[in-house]
Amino acid sequence: MLNFTIRRLLFTIPTLLLISLIIFLLLDLAPNDPTGNLPLTIPAEVREQIRKALGLGDPIYVRYYRWLVQFFVNEPLNLLGEWTHSCIGDCENRLRVTSWATRSPVVDLIAERMPQTLWVVGLSYVVGILIAVPIGVYSAYRQYSWFDQLGTFISMIGFSVPTFFTGVLMIVIFSVQLRWFPSIYDTTLRVTDWSSLGAQIRQMAMPVFVLALYNAAQISRFMRASMLDNLNQDYVRTARAKGLNERVVVLVHVLRNSLIPVVTVIALGVPQVFGGAIITEQVFKVNGLGQLLIIGIQGADIPLVQTLTFIFAVLIVLFNLIADILYGILDPRIRYD
Amino acid sequence: MLDDGKRPLVRVRNLKMHFPIYRGVMRRQVGEVRAVDGISFDIYAGETLGLVGESGCGKSSAGRAILRLYDVTDGEISIDGNEIAHLAGDELRRLRPEMQMIFQDPQASLNPRMTVAAIIAEPLDEHQTLSRNARMERVFELMDAVGLNRNFANRYPHEFSGGQRQRIGIARALALNPKFIVCDEPIAALDVSIQAQVVNLLEDLQEKFGLTYLFISHDLSMVRHLATRVAVMYLGKVVELADSAQLYGDPKHPYTEALLSAVPEPDPTLENTRERIILEGDVPSPSDPPEGCNFCTRCPRVMDICRRESPEFKQLEDGRFVACHLM
Repeated sequence: MLNFTIRRLLFTIPTLLLISLIIFLLLDLAPNDPTGNLPLTIPAEVREQIRKALGLGDPIYVRYYRWLVQFFVNEPLNLLGEWTHSCIGDCENRLRVTSWATRSPVVDLIAERMPQTLWVVGLSYVVGILIAVPIGVYSAYRQYSWFDQLGTFISMIGFSVPTFFTGVLMIVIFSVQLRWFPSIYDTTLRVTDWSSLGAQIRQMAMPVFVLALYNAAQISRFMRASMLDNLNQDYVRTARAKGLNERVVVLVHVLRNSLIPVVTVIALGVPQVFGGAIITEQVFKVNGLGQLLIIGIQGADIPLVQTLTFIFAVLIVLFNLIADILYGILDPRIRYD
Repeated sequence: MLDDGKRPLVRVRNLKMHFPIYRGVMRRQVGEVRAVDGISFDIYAGETLGLVGESGCGKSSAGRAILRLYDVTDGEISIDGNEIAHLAGDELRRLRPEMQMIFQDPQASLNPRMTVAAIIAEPLDEHQTLSRNARMERVFELMDAVGLNRNFANRYPHEFSGGQRQRIGIARALALNPKFIVCDEPIAALDVSIQAQVVNLLEDLQEKFGLTYLFISHDLSMVRHLATRVAVMYLGKVVELADSAQLYGDPKHPYTEALLSAVPEPDPTLENTRERIILEGDVPSPSDPPEGCNFCTRCPRVMDICRRESPEFKQLEDGRFVACHLM
């Protein structure tokens, strides 16, 4: 297992380098202009100078090399320096990956946005899993019962109705009509006492619910299908013949075997949590990573988009590996040697 | 009954196992598959009753229904004096140690995520209170009894060969000292060379622990070797039940005759003289059995009465049971 992990980690290096190059080329080919959002009164020569100042005049391989050095050497050195409160090398003049629009380092921007995304999107993922697993198990156990039919119907709705629709619908009902929850997420809110905690929960309720419904719909389908696969297996009949409690048969024998594929599906979904729910964050004005990416794309803030997209790619590759390793741990029939 | 000296351990009376068929948007019940349609027999303590018949005739369904792995539609099943046909939940669960099953597919019938020791020990945990050491000792004892190396206790089922896996299944079935074991085609999924080993093991265990078997198989030669008495099933019904020697020597029911004529003869000179009775047509669907005798559509000696009345399952003078209007 260790050898497998190390080998796979080594393979990720060329994979990720190739991905970063593809992202860079795609962004370069895209018809975008970092000065496009500036006032129209600015003359063309000035715009050209701005582009030159941003480094756009250099050949593409120089720009790509510069990003590589900034991201893989300068940023880690800077992080290390911050952690150890020391100055490593030429820390004053080291060039970091800098956003064109805000002129602040991209990594700092991401660090600012990360907590909101992890709280809202991450929590919705956890809530989604906690709802989905019991529903999937019970639906499969009582296949074609009214509970199963209802669950199938709701998960079909949750899966097929887009979050920008359910989100806006929630805002209309719960913010505009009932006035229970605020429609805008307030990042400046600091949880210091019970009332501010209540306010935090209220402002998180709707985005978490909308995303949890979406996630739960997907995962409960997987859970149900996987349970159904296993419920008819011979070893379940063996377990019943042993005279085991029905609860033990379902929760120990069937559920454990059914969780193997579901756990990997859950692991593969984690990068999306970090990626933020781009649309849902927009709807509820959560200033998380998804919203940051949208702003970056709109302003042709190439270093920001490049870095964010690349971090998502790293997470996806990493969680693919984690899913594979989990499979090996959970299923004794699979050995990576 | 003629075998008055022996005590019936298992009594099955008019057992019916019908599976509903659901169709359409509202999943309305439109019919039923009559997998087992009123079978009756006794199994005496210490004997092996062979249950034979072609694929889909309801042998396995009958075996599973007798052990109450299904909810039976109708009938009575008593095992060692306990009436179990309509028990449910904990009452049934408490009787499980008495009756066990050895399954056909030794790969699929073992939980792939449990070690051999865990598989064998699980029924012990459920029905007895043993200390850790006593439980492990019992697991080793069982592994010895079925000829498995003790060092394999912590391995997973997929690491074994087919024959070894079937031994795990047998050890598991023996764990609670059952009186009655249903062997549901225990050798069908094994190599011929392994089949003999497993059958001999089953015989040894029967002698050692005084077990009673219901041996379900479509291997007629193996049943002849193993069974004290043999029941022949066709389309959900038992058509003939007799002592092994009687049945193989002088089959009474036309279906039994046809079935036995299909057994190959090892001696080539005899094999050349063997006359096969080839049945015409296919087995009717168990969801729509023919009127009268179930076998009337294919019987070479069919009479008018066969198409009207279902023959009674009656005992002949020599002790055997046959369901046929010819008798």
